[in-house]
Amino acid sequence: MSTKKSTFFISCEEAKHICDKVQYGEASIWERLKLNLRLLWCRATKSYTKRNGTLTKLCNEAQIKTLNEEKKNEMKKRLESQEV
Amino acid sequence: MFFKLFVILLKENYNFVAKNQLNPSKWVDLYADYLFNYTISRVNDTIVAEDLVQETFLAGLKSAKNFKGEAAERTWLISILKRKIIDHYRKINSKKGKAEVKMGYSNRNEEEGDWLEDRVADPFDMNAEDVLQNEELGVAIQECLMKLPKKQADVFIKKTIEGMETEDICKELNISASNLWVIIHRARTALMDCLENNWFKK
Repeated sequence: MSTKKSTFFISCEEAKHICDKVQYGEASIWERLKLNLRLLWCRATKSYTKRNGTLTKLCNEAQIKTLNEEKKNEMKKRLESQEV
Repeated sequence: MFFKLFVILLKENYNFVAKNQLNPSKWVDLYADYLFNYTISRVNDTIVAEDLVQETFLAGLKSAKNFKGEAAERTWLISILKRKIIDHYRKINSKKGKAEVKMGYSNRNEEEGDWLEDRVADPFDMNAEDVLQNEELGVAIQECLMKLPKKQADVFIKKTIEGMETEDICKELNISASNLWVIIHRARTALMDCLENNWFKK
């Protein structure tokens, strides 16, 4: 059986992988074209793309903040010094 | 019959419920970001939020002997943090109240006509409800992130929240780019499932 990859048609897994890249603006035009082609007929890809887009939107809206590593290390040190 | 009675007696005399234990050496890695987001949405000041989180950990360590194990570690830390936040506001208000001059629309007789325009809500501005919802959303996402395996959470945070470049994350964590995308895919799928259960079904 041939395992040669099609130029235009991609698997569902590959489409999801490209969709992830799209969320971070790291998919090439060619990849986006292939994803859009698959979106025309694949329900699973369509559903994944919709959910993935929603997650990106929610993450942007939530404006989650994290403590930097330096601050975390400082906290760890203070905790350790109190523990002893 | 006797066996059942024996089990009931045992249960009454000994607490068989699995007790939660404290592990202070892992607090910073596990809860610092979650507590920080929880705090910043309530105090709106990064430095104050950092201090309050630090104080919470130290207070937790101090009163660790009082921890009965009935609540989860995180819930217990949140209850300490809530008290710290209340104390913070009490402190501010006791200082602020002394120098505050209250101004209201009723005092502005000379600017008649302006007040109505000032009071109309701007539909493009975020209202209090939106802000509150976004704060809750942030906490919900943090809760879901805590359920992920550490590596997935780390990669997702670096890529999505901190906005780091793929190449830099790969170098830092010593993984290949394709490995990174697999981890991202798993993290995103798990997060979508988690948020569907904990955010959209609320």
